[in-house]
Formats: sequence, structure tokens, C-alpha cells
Amino acid sequence: MLTERALMIGAILFSLGVAGVLLRRNAIVIFMSVELMLNAVNLTFVALAQQLGIAGQVFVFFVMAVAAAEAAVGLAIILAIYRHRETVDLRNINILKG
Amino acid sequence: MSVPSFIEIVFWFFGGLAILGGLMCITRRNPVASALWLVVTLFALAGLFVILDAQFLAALQVLVYAGAIMVLFLFVIMLLNLGRAGRPADIKGGFGKLIATLLAGGLALQLLTVAKLGPPEAIRMPPGSMEALQREEGLVSVVGRSLYGDYLIPFEITSILLLAAIVGAVVLAKRKL
Repeated sequence: MLTERALMIGAILFSLGVAGVLLRRNAIVIFMSVELMLNAVNLTFVALAQQLGIAGQVFVFFVMAVAAAEAAVGLAIILAIYRHRETVDLRNINILKG
Repeated sequence: MSVPSFIEIVFWFFGGLAILGGLMCITRRNPVASALWLVVTLFALAGLFVILDAQFLAALQVLVYAGAIMVLFLFVIMLLNLGRAGRPADIKGGFGKLIATLLAGGLALQLLTVAKLGPPEAIRMPPGSMEALQREEGLVSVVGRSLYGDYLIPFEITSILLLAAIVGAVVLAKRKL
């Protein structure tokens, strides 16, 4: 069945996104890994929508809208941090660590 | 062992391409290369969407994700001049790499176990019913009817979210209010 295989591809892509978040130090690349996770979830939604009804496809629509908003705000935050610290390396952005 | 059908070959082509793109995205040192490999993944996912009866979403995927969001990413990478290779280690070393691989691998195992089962038999629609619905109603109208019917209020809330995002991005990126 294609649905199960699509679910498996979605699972692998989501894990790759998690690995990217844990592995990288560049804030923008971490952000792209989050986008990868969102897309893995989208694939899962679409694969399940094929068998469980159209609602899954509508949810992908909402995920895309939220991802667009998140990308705009997130990149604005990264720009603001870069202007402040001249870097986007997360080792240097640790003021919340106290 | 049966001969794989054409659909299956195309499916595995796009699936493999998506995983390859994801893998390259998280391992390339140059952020521009990472972004471009992510675009490869997004296009491959659009191909998978077509195979999984979501043609409208495949078009949206290419337009919104590959077209708009990734351009925004590339724009910021180039604006901040991060595209130079050979910067000090962007990827974590030994211990961090081990932890990341272990955690992501464990998660992958768990998710794959669940994915292999698929949705329970009792709530599945009969195979081909989505295709029949689309043929009857039209590819876009079947999504639109649900979006502007059952999901009208979430749709309107999304517009408020987008407005908030626009205002937030402008305020954050401004040098001085």
C-alpha cells in the first residue's frame, strides 16, 4: 500500500529534521530543519487523507499558512539577533542560560 | 516478486529524492547548499502529493514553500552573508553528533513501527474513493468546499494570524520604532 510507505517516508523525514535541529549550530539551518519536520507532517496528513477523508488535505493548507507566518517572524528575529550580535551561531546566543 | 507498477516506480523515485534532499540539507556545511537541498525535498514532496491524490496541495507546495518561503530563507542567508564555506564548525562535534544520531534514530524506529501499521481498518474509506470524489466534484472544489464550510472559522483565524505575522515581522526587523 502506498499510504503506509508514504507514512514511512514521512517518519524518516521527521527524524531527519530532529537530527538537523540537534546537530546544527547555525540558527537558520535549524530553522530549515523545523521546516523539514513540518513538511514531513504534511506528507503524513496527505497520505492519511487518501483513506480517511478530505480533512487531512485541509489541515495541510493550515500548516502551510502557519509555516509561512512562522518563517516570516522567525527570520525577522534572526535578523534582529544578527544586528545585535553579528552572528547567528547558537553558541553565542545564550543569554537565557543565565 | 511482482513487477513494480509505474506509479510505484515514480513513488519511490520521489520518496528517495525527498529523503536524499533531507539528508543533504542537514549535513551540508554551506547554508545556501542546505537551503537548495531543502528545495529539492519540497519539490519531491510535491510529486508525492500528486501520487497521493492531492494535486491542489502539490501546486500550493511548489508555489508557497519552494516559491515563497525558501526564497525568504535564501534572501536572509545572503543578506547576512552566511554563504561562505569553511566557517568554524557549524555542525556539532563527536559527542553532540552521537547524541543527535541516537535520539533521531530512536525516534525514527518508533515512528516507523507506528507507520507500518497504518490507519485502523475500521475507519478507512474503500480504496479509490478519494479519486472518485475528486472526479465527481473537481480537484480544487473538494478542498474548497471543506475549507469554506466545515473549517470556515479556522480559515478566518488564519487570516488574523497572517496579519499578526506581518505586523510582527515589520516591528522586529525595524531598526527603530
